[in-house]
Amino acid sequence: MRQLDTALGLGAIRGPLGRIVKVALYALVVFVFAGPLLALLVSAFGRVTDPTKLTLIPHDLTLDNFRTAFDQGVLRYLANSLVVVGGGLLLQIAVSVTAAYALARKQFPGVRIVLFLILSTMMLPEEILAIPLSLVLADVPVLHVNLIGSLAGMIVPVGAWAFAILVMTEFMRDVPIELEEAARIDGAGDLRIFWSVILPVCRPALGVLGIFGFTMIWDQYILPLLVAQDAKQFTLALALRSLRADEQVGTGVLIASALLALLPSVVVFLALQRQFMRGLTSGAIKG
Amino acid sequence: MTATLAAPPEKKRAPPQKRPGKHWSRHASAWLWLAPALIIFGLFKFVPMARAISMSFHEVRPYLGDRWVGLDNYRTVLGDEAFRAAAGHTLVLALGETLGSLVIGLALALLLEGTARHLWFVRTAVFLPTVTAMAVVAALWRVIYYPAPDGALNVVLGWIGLGPGQYLDSPHTSLWSVMAVGIWRGAPYDMMIFIAGLAGVDRTLYEAAAADGAGPLRRLWHVAFPAMRPVFGIVVTLAAIRGLRVFTEIFLLTNGGPNGSTEVVMTLVYKLGLERNELGIASAGSMLLLVATIALTVLTQMLRRRS
Repeated sequence: MRQLDTALGLGAIRGPLGRIVKVALYALVVFVFAGPLLALLVSAFGRVTDPTKLTLIPHDLTLDNFRTAFDQGVLRYLANSLVVVGGGLLLQIAVSVTAAYALARKQFPGVRIVLFLILSTMMLPEEILAIPLSLVLADVPVLHVNLIGSLAGMIVPVGAWAFAILVMTEFMRDVPIELEEAARIDGAGDLRIFWSVILPVCRPALGVLGIFGFTMIWDQYILPLLVAQDAKQFTLALALRSLRADEQVGTGVLIASALLALLPSVVVFLALQRQFMRGLTSGAIKG
Repeated sequence: MTATLAAPPEKKRAPPQKRPGKHWSRHASAWLWLAPALIIFGLFKFVPMARAISMSFHEVRPYLGDRWVGLDNYRTVLGDEAFRAAAGHTLVLALGETLGSLVIGLALALLLEGTARHLWFVRTAVFLPTVTAMAVVAALWRVIYYPAPDGALNVVLGWIGLGPGQYLDSPHTSLWSVMAVGIWRGAPYDMMIFIAGLAGVDRTLYEAAAADGAGPLRRLWHVAFPAMRPVFGIVVTLAAIRGLRVFTEIFLLTNGGPNGSTEVVMTLVYKLGLERNELGIASAGSMLLLVATIALTVLTQMLRRRS
């Protein structure tokens, strides 16, 4: 009897015709979904003078697009993006693990309200809050600092992310309580337990936090748009729009810059793919 | 991304040995651990939220002080032709992207489900659009959609005999073109969730159905789909919420044009608030969208509870 390990049982199709159809379908979906990104990669190294020169076949290889892009200050935008994603990610991970420790390990009155508040922030994206958020960024309540025009304005608000906190909380709940109790009997305090008992066990979850946080911060658009005052604070994402509007620059430079904005996320995704899939399923399926 | 992630069930664990007299400090330390998260959420989510509610009931006048106007801003927004059109576009876009991503994501999942190495490779390639930043996606697709006859998409469609189109540049096709980009980026995400859902279906059920003479389609309909019902719920909810607050793709692909044919609620609110400085009216618009999002979330949660 045939082995049925998928819903349609496509793996069991053997004949030459079936094989050809399958391979054709695979080629089609790869062409549709990855083709445009591959065209970006190939065209960035070609002489692309206008949008009609987008190509999948490399010819006339050159680094001119990148040279011109660097003259346009693209390296600075890339550096800004990296500072924002690095700073934002570090802050986000620190904030998530500490909050998760309290939510998973401490019992205190109000824990349900806190969980509800954290969940409710998922319905308050930057888009909907854009206008009051820009006012708050210009004059942060209590502290009275102005974050407009500084990269800190793009970093601090992404520091707390409900998804990261909840994923971490769920993971920490599963750490055996005995580990913690043993350490407590040895006289370890909260900080020590957190640092040398809980965190090491949670290392796999840190990978999940890393990849999701990176993707989320790298994809930020409206927050940098609200914060940046002039080109000096542009991230790569913001710069793509002004490069496009600049007639002098040409499509090749735009494509090279877009490639620079694409590569980090692809590299991080490929490196942490397993963690990504785990986060996707644990976050989405349970519920 | 996962707005439906419910509060984890309260597991009743024996609380760590209570030391008498240390009650207060134990609770204080919990709040200390939570402080960074709560402070950031407070400053950048809840304060803006409160400001938005308050502004939506005021005429915001810098230096003069705000003037209470009751529901006037809401009346202005709801009576505005442009806002109603934008709400319509938002709905069409959210619905189209949700359904399109669902159908194509499901087809991809069925095609690419399995453990073989070449399937893993194809899945990874197909998934790439989802991890690509929206700014890159928009820059790329504006080039692909270039409306000249030798623009990339027109060339590819020419291979199969389809005539050149104007895509983003024509008010007749612009909304559909934006929707296609949304589906291109959303379908692979749905695919991965479906594949995870399919992996949870009991394999012996397929065998049993096949032994009873059920073909692939009937196996799908009677075995796989019923087992995946919760997954459908999650995918639809997530996509619909994402769809309602659409901003970046419109802002970057068309900025509402041509001729307002792709204007959505958020791009309109952005223009009202940050370009024309109508903060009160813009806030009322965002609040209406927020209410719609919350209503949708609550509704789908209730439907899921029931089933």
